[in-house]
Amino acid sequence: MSQGNSQSSNVKTTGHVWDGDLQELNNPLPAWWLWAFYVTIIFSVVYWVAYPAWPLGKGFTTGIATITYKNDKGVEKTTHWNTRALLMKDLQDARESQKKYFDMVAATPYEEIARNPELSNFVASAGKVLFADNCAACHMSGGQGKMAFAPNLTDDDWIYGGTHDKIQASITLGRHGMMPAKGGADINEGEIESLANYVLSLSGETMDAVKAKAGDELFHGKGNCIACHGADAMGNKDIGAVNLTDKIWLWADVPAQDSADKKVAVVKAVITSGLNKGVMPAWNSRLSADQIKLLTVYVHDVLGGGSKK
Amino acid sequence: MDHGKIEKNLGLMLVLTMFAISIGGLVEIVPLFFIKGTIEDVRNAEGIKMVRPYTPLEQRGRDIYVREGCYLCHSQMIRPFRDEAMRYGHYSLAAESQYDHPFQWGSKRTGPDLARVGKKYSNEWQVQHLIAPRSMVPESVMPNYPWLLSTALDTSDMASRMKALRTTGVPYSINKAEYDNNVKEFGEDVAKQLHIPDAQKNLIEQAQTGKYDGNPADITEMDAMVAYLQVLGTMVDFSKLDSDNFVKFR
Repeated sequence: MSQGNSQSSNVKTTGHVWDGDLQELNNPLPAWWLWAFYVTIIFSVVYWVAYPAWPLGKGFTTGIATITYKNDKGVEKTTHWNTRALLMKDLQDARESQKKYFDMVAATPYEEIARNPELSNFVASAGKVLFADNCAACHMSGGQGKMAFAPNLTDDDWIYGGTHDKIQASITLGRHGMMPAKGGADINEGEIESLANYVLSLSGETMDAVKAKAGDELFHGKGNCIACHGADAMGNKDIGAVNLTDKIWLWADVPAQDSADKKVAVVKAVITSGLNKGVMPAWNSRLSADQIKLLTVYVHDVLGGGSKK
Repeated sequence: MDHGKIEKNLGLMLVLTMFAISIGGLVEIVPLFFIKGTIEDVRNAEGIKMVRPYTPLEQRGRDIYVREGCYLCHSQMIRPFRDEAMRYGHYSLAAESQYDHPFQWGSKRTGPDLARVGKKYSNEWQVQHLIAPRSMVPESVMPNYPWLLSTALDTSDMASRMKALRTTGVPYSINKAEYDNNVKEFGEDVAKQLHIPDAQKNLIEQAQTGKYDGNPADITEMDAMVAYLQVLGTMVDFSKLDSDNFVKFR
């Protein structure tokens, strides 16, 4: 058989013979494959000349291709092709293409951004991405916040103030929620119970009138709650003392409790142990001033909770 | 050598095949050990190295990170592309993982890259997110790690762990001469943390003062884990360097 085959085709064999008569045909490689192979060899030589390629002791051949980029000081530099310089150029090109809008955001007073349709469209789309990457982890993707963790940004209740300037300050330097245990006062279990009843009654809950009355006196007297929360219990935005008279809760999950006793219990827990949480990181090391201004407008105007005063 | 001889001798064929294949790897990898600037020398204005080895608590957290297989979903390497820079921050430097054994680079991300996650979120967020990821990020597919908060951290073998890393080249100090050298390279505060004889003391001290898991009384695995996560990518202060400072190394 094998004899007949090698005679009928004119293809040479490799000369290897197994089991006496098994031979290996030595067909030439297809021409297209061979040429493609030659092209890759030529390409590699071009690549070596153009790009960083061969190690040479403590350095390497840098190639003749170059990249020209501008660094953040505006100095134009040309260097051999490399991915880090390429990134500088990419970032710079992207900045150029968005520069018109960022310049407008930077130059336009807060109040006027919302009135300019082109600019507010830009803020809405660019701010959405920034918010999702940086803020949504705590404040959730729609800015609705999370009970006992991070405040809702879409309502008009603000702990540190909802004006543009206050929001910008919060983003730039971060925040840290603080309340001394028992408000720093010498109060006992029963007195804390009374205070909890009073605080809940401020929010329109129907509470034990006697306890609430006693709590009222403690609030304005021995408990010294007014030092931070104010005599009207409306809070103090300069120090982040919350307004206790509205129905918005952050640290005590009152809305989820189905009985007055449970509501008192969650408020008591906050008064008893105080707060040393609600830490918002400072974003000035991670985000640029442009980005922070854009986010400020996004939170104030697009999420819609911003206030004028 | 006669070709036929190699083909008929399996052992010889195996050795020569491995030799031929290894050339490809060797010519790509070995020169990097000699090229200056493969690992960037990053120093501040006072000549102190910005990238330091992990403190005992951070290193312990790293060991737990590896134990729990976090690397299966999270990489710690931001590549120099615009999309990565926009999402994660400055690209990773080789210097930033020079004390990582094993390194945590990778190209497979089920979760986000963690190379610069340090200080991005609060300690409370990290604790809550590790216990129940979906309570913070509803669309997350990360498993819960509640035992980190309930498991006491074994601090007894810290010195041995650091000694093991020292043999791989991490400059943890074991005697006065090495300590003094660390003072010169990293400054005194860091050098104290890198001293192996004080390993356990340093670990306990950092865990108790750091407020990582919110409970200073107990030292848990959560303390170590959060301490580690909060230091990732924060050692190099890029604001003190030109934005193109690292271009020259490539």
